Amino acid sequence: MQELIVILVDGLVFSSYLFMVAVGLTVIFGVMKILNVTHGSFYAFGAYMSATLIGAYYETDWPEFGGFLAIFAAALIIGVFFGIVLERGLLRFLYHRDEHIIVLATFAMFLVLEDVLMMIWGTDPYYAYEPMALLGIVDIAELTFDVYSLTLIGLAAIVGLGLWLGLTKTKWGKLLLAVIFDREISQAMGINVTVVFTVTFVIGAIMGALGGAYIAPTISVSPGIGVEVIVLAFAVVVIGGMGSIPGAMIGAVLVGVSRAAAVHKFPEIELFVIYAIMALVLAIRPEGLFAPAQARKI
Amino acid sequence: MRYLDKTVVGLSIVFVALVFADFFMAEWMRFIGLQSLARGAVALGLLVLWRTGLVSFGHALYFGFGAYAAAMLTLIGYHDAFLLVFAGTLSAGVLAFFLGFLLRRYRAIFFALLNMAFSMILYGVIVKTEELGSTDGFSVLTPTFLGYAPEGEAVQTTLFLFTLCFTYIITVGVHLYMKTTLGSMSMAVRENEIRVEYLGYSAEKVIHVKYVFSGLVAGFGGAIMALAVGQVDPDSMANWNVSGEFVFITILSGIGNVGATFIGAFVFELIRTYAFEYAPQIWQFILGGSLLAIIMFLPDGIWSLFSRFRKSEG
Repeated sequence: MQELIVILVDGLVFSSYLFMVAVGLTVIFGVMKILNVTHGSFYAFGAYMSATLIGAYYETDWPEFGGFLAIFAAALIIGVFFGIVLERGLLRFLYHRDEHIIVLATFAMFLVLEDVLMMIWGTDPYYAYEPMALLGIVDIAELTFDVYSLTLIGLAAIVGLGLWLGLTKTKWGKLLLAVIFDREISQAMGINVTVVFTVTFVIGAIMGALGGAYIAPTISVSPGIGVEVIVLAFAVVVIGGMGSIPGAMIGAVLVGVSRAAAVHKFPEIELFVIYAIMALVLAIRPEGLFAPAQARKI
Repeated sequence: MRYLDKTVVGLSIVFVALVFADFFMAEWMRFIGLQSLARGAVALGLLVLWRTGLVSFGHALYFGFGAYAAAMLTLIGYHDAFLLVFAGTLSAGVLAFFLGFLLRRYRAIFFALLNMAFSMILYGVIVKTEELGSTDGFSVLTPTFLGYAPEGEAVQTTLFLFTLCFTYIITVGVHLYMKTTLGSMSMAVRENEIRVEYLGYSAEKVIHVKYVFSGLVAGFGGAIMALAVGQVDPDSMANWNVSGEFVFITILSGIGNVGATFIGAFVFELIRTYAFEYAPQIWQFILGGSLLAIIMFLPDGIWSLFSRFRKSEG
């Protein structure tokens, strides 16, 4: 029983983390049909920026809870900056090219940014545990969890709900859905697709950076954190169906809970259980769980 | 007189030249050459897939599988290079044959990512297997060649000659195969699969054949790499960025010609080696930057430089 609770809570925390990094990727793919490897860099830059800002914030004697603002500020700064620079500076020249070429271009950009990251922050790890220490710990069924990690679940829920509401209930969301459905017709109807693309990419980048920024206090922020995150996010997005936000949520929960179960029950399969699930889901549903049906073109 | 194929003639000349060069080459040059041949072989398999319209982000699976298969045989006392490379190639091919039944149903990004999932499964298995040295891997002893046991520099010389012969056969084979009916089906499948089916061919079978082939040559490349480096480890053999590097080489080379693949692999190896040696802080920056430059300014790869040159001449 106790083990079940541990698996469930750990699993949910990990799922929320996965969702946070995967949702930006799935939004960008859904609208722009681009599989964005640079998402790993957004995550890493977000984490570093957040660690730096948190460090700077707690040097001052402003109220302690303001440290959380530093996290969101970091995500905004990184997301807006890299989102605009990458979309306007690189991707827009590649939209007419083969989709694999675009993936490769973002892979190249990822390699470049990995070294830029080290040029800025060096190779030493950064720690920003203050926000985590601030919230303390809590006992659930005689087990100790840190509150900060649990807030991640709430944040993921808010982000997911916010995106979903924004997409289905607002005018902007409806424009976006039109572009997702048929780019050319929406353009003919007078939707400014160029602006939609830039805004989408920036939102996706902010999501990626926020994932890194929020997780930063719980880890040691060190080189290489972007590499593992990107394949994890791929797996989640593919399982859920690329471009689907509810899909990313289900995918994240599926992967997160099974990985937590594997960590506690069969540690030797922990690393590949995620990819095994991905292969299994794709074998049964070739386009992922929630992918929209496609008409075949002759 | 029978018409001589230009590519075959070109490959043969380069082959003979390299065989002679083998005896004079500096050691570092030969090492780079060996690595280029190994990676080039994988890229050759990717080229065959690419002509069918498919890109795999997971061929480190077969590369790593071939490398580990060969390396594991040395653990139980087999050291003959012919046997090791044959085993590495065949085992990767068999794996590709079985996975092919599933993968041939997928296209575009799903094909690419499902391959990646399988390669990450292999990566996970290797990392968690203490007997295979986990993340450190293990070293592979010097191979023998049908009883001949070279020492010192002769090891690499022999291995280079060995690799060169097999790569030559494979490359010419691929080139001739592309001209057969089944080979020409590649382009047809890429352009319009449904019409291919209406003509009475099975697109899935065409893809399966190419897939098994790409698995075989990737296994070959992996086994050669294991012998050349004398070490196998998961991060440089089976991780996802290794797969990315293979696609990088394919883009660098362009899919115009089989020979270009090895030029591309050689250029890649040079960039990597020199960037790592002279600018270890920014070698990924240089690698990524050159990839971006190729994508932006040389969309058909290095080979297009040659064809552009020839066109302006003619």
